[in-house]
Amino acid sequence: MDSAQQHLTSYTTLALVLAALLLLTGITIGVSYLDLGAFNVPLTLTIASAKVSLVLLFFMHLKYEGWAIKISVLVTICVLAIMIGLTFCDVAFR
Amino acid sequence: MTSQHDRTGTRIGMWLFLYTEIILFGGLFVLYAVYFHEYSAAFAENGKELNRVIGAFNTILLLVSSFTVAASLTAIRRQAKRLCLLLLAASLLCGSVFLVNKYFEWGHKFAVGIYPNSPLLASAPPGKNIFFGLYYVITGLHGLHVIIGMSLLALCLVLVHRDRITAHRFTILENSGLYWHLVDLIWIFVFPLFYLIL
Repeated sequence: MDSAQQHLTSYTTLALVLAALLLLTGITIGVSYLDLGAFNVPLTLTIASAKVSLVLLFFMHLKYEGWAIKISVLVTICVLAIMIGLTFCDVAFR
Repeated sequence: MTSQHDRTGTRIGMWLFLYTEIILFGGLFVLYAVYFHEYSAAFAENGKELNRVIGAFNTILLLVSSFTVAASLTAIRRQAKRLCLLLLAASLLCGSVFLVNKYFEWGHKFAVGIYPNSPLLASAPPGKNIFFGLYYVITGLHGLHVIIGMSLLALCLVLVHRDRITAHRFTILENSGLYWHLVDLIWIFVFPLFYLIL
């Protein structure tokens, strides 16, 4: 691919993503002081996943990549999910 | 340019390497998850011993450095060499401060007798021993990645300065950036899992 064709992320977009990431960090810290019982861990992990998605999509340019990289990233996440899921099939019902 | 340069191919290669890194840390997170399931009360109690302020500050440092690395790529592609050098230097500074913070954090834990195989941990209940064992392995491996990432960024800084990385040839910077963002991704999970659990 020619360098002119490859997507160029503007400073503004990057700065907005950083602002969103810092905001989400603030929210995670705030939430950690609330006792939500069983919801604390899922909520924290949801916020972390949102942050990770932002980094992947914009800082790592995944949004503008071709299908080869996009699909293989999803496959990797699925492998990880299977690894964690199957482990918990054992651990949780032992 | 005389040689053919497959930019998409080199990126795919870098991503393939990153997948192995994700699975490496994924395995450690599975370990964390299983023991958290087993010893949730002990994990929550010992998590409070970690300094949240330093943890939060380090999170901000890594997020900002990820931004500066991403921006340095935009800068070099817009032929703004000086800005690119400045942004890379800022990223290195963030990385160094992160490591200095980690040094003080670990140093403090060592001073109070919490280190792998210390008499205090060896005689502590299993939950505490496992929590700090995982803490040292995961933050240690992550710290190693920070050092490698900083070495790559320092190399890029030199190459940009010598005009070896230019608006038309920036693969090394792009791939080093991907590596640095991965280090950030891992920390995004490490921070809440170790510092913020209830």
